[in-house]
Amino acid sequence: MSAVEAIRSIVAKHGKLPVDVATLQDDADLYAAGLSSFASVQLMLAIEEHFDIEFPEDRLNRKTFSSIKAITEVVTELSKDQQAA
Amino acid sequence: MDMQTSLLDRLFSAGLLIDTGVDGLYGRGGAFEDVIARFEALIGKHAPEATPEVIRFPPGMNRAHFEGSGYMKSFPQLAGTVHSFCGCELDHMNLLECIAEGGDWTEGQKATDIVLTPAACYPLYPTIARRGPLSEGGGLYDLQSYCFRHEPSKDPARMQLFRMREFVRIGTPDEVMAFREDWMARGAKLIEAVGLDVELDTANDPFFGRAGKMMGNSQREQKLKFELLIPVTSTANKTACLSFNYHQDHFGSTWGLETADGEVAHTACVGFGLERIALALFAKHGLDTADWPAPVRAALWG
Repeated sequence: MSAVEAIRSIVAKHGKLPVDVATLQDDADLYAAGLSSFASVQLMLAIEEHFDIEFPEDRLNRKTFSSIKAITEVVTELSKDQQAA
Repeated sequence: MDMQTSLLDRLFSAGLLIDTGVDGLYGRGGAFEDVIARFEALIGKHAPEATPEVIRFPPGMNRAHFEGSGYMKSFPQLAGTVHSFCGCELDHMNLLECIAEGGDWTEGQKATDIVLTPAACYPLYPTIARRGPLSEGGGLYDLQSYCFRHEPSKDPARMQLFRMREFVRIGTPDEVMAFREDWMARGAKLIEAVGLDVELDTANDPFFGRAGKMMGNSQREQKLKFELLIPVTSTANKTACLSFNYHQDHFGSTWGLETADGEVAHTACVGFGLERIALALFAKHGLDTADWPAPVRAALWG
């Protein structure tokens, strides 16, 4: 499963969105789709566990979780950095 | 730290606050209480014309309402629960023995149905929800309560038991945002009227842990919380004395608060940290209120 597919399924499971995640484009605004603050925290924790990464504090913001594309970019970057470290 | 300890010591010496042996738990002297009473009266003079419904809850709330509020998701470290002895006579004997031996006698205490109120508005939402949908134009409430937060500190501005005066607006997003905007302007004027320097800034609540960091960042990014900062123990690190909060539909959807049109109600509140404001006044104008500047005395006692 590619990173973006894995993130899609985590968003579907933990995002508690009132819409079907399959109908959302990768760059669709998740907050506009109904992502709440609490759900975004659960999403964050589930992504950390799945990819075995830790979001640094400066990435714990709305921008990081604003779309499937944004999450994928940050996860890809952190996976590289944290594996290299 | 020295500055803080010294202000606290000076407040003790002047009899304005009374040491109980626990950091953040103080008695209040008459002069201190008078300032709070006069300031509360001044809040009334600066409030908008609309008449709020006045409600006073005691400083404890229904544990079921506390649990339903989600407070433990965000601030488990600050909450205080009320526990009592619920045992039999033998348990009582063991309890006394344990106390006499200096053991942990609290281990057998059982949770009661009461939790210490963490913010004056927490008991309000389930109370209003129980009444059914709001009438046209929503609701406006005037609250004041002692609140508890478990954060022992030598900073007199960080008490564990303190009073919060609040106005709460429940209604449509437009209604509650207009309420908050209006109070941000009124709050600054009110504080200037008593000769204090103010600064308005965006803020976040002290949510717990890394998940809390994210909640806090999100709260700031959406400008859901503003604070009026006033120097108390330091001019560099000012103290939040008023806060202006927009909860979006958090309490509305948690408690099923409905507008007259059947939409989920939004809520906003303005909170006054009464002890903090009194401390700011004593820190700025001196420990003897008779020596305070004439315009400040006129505003409070005129």
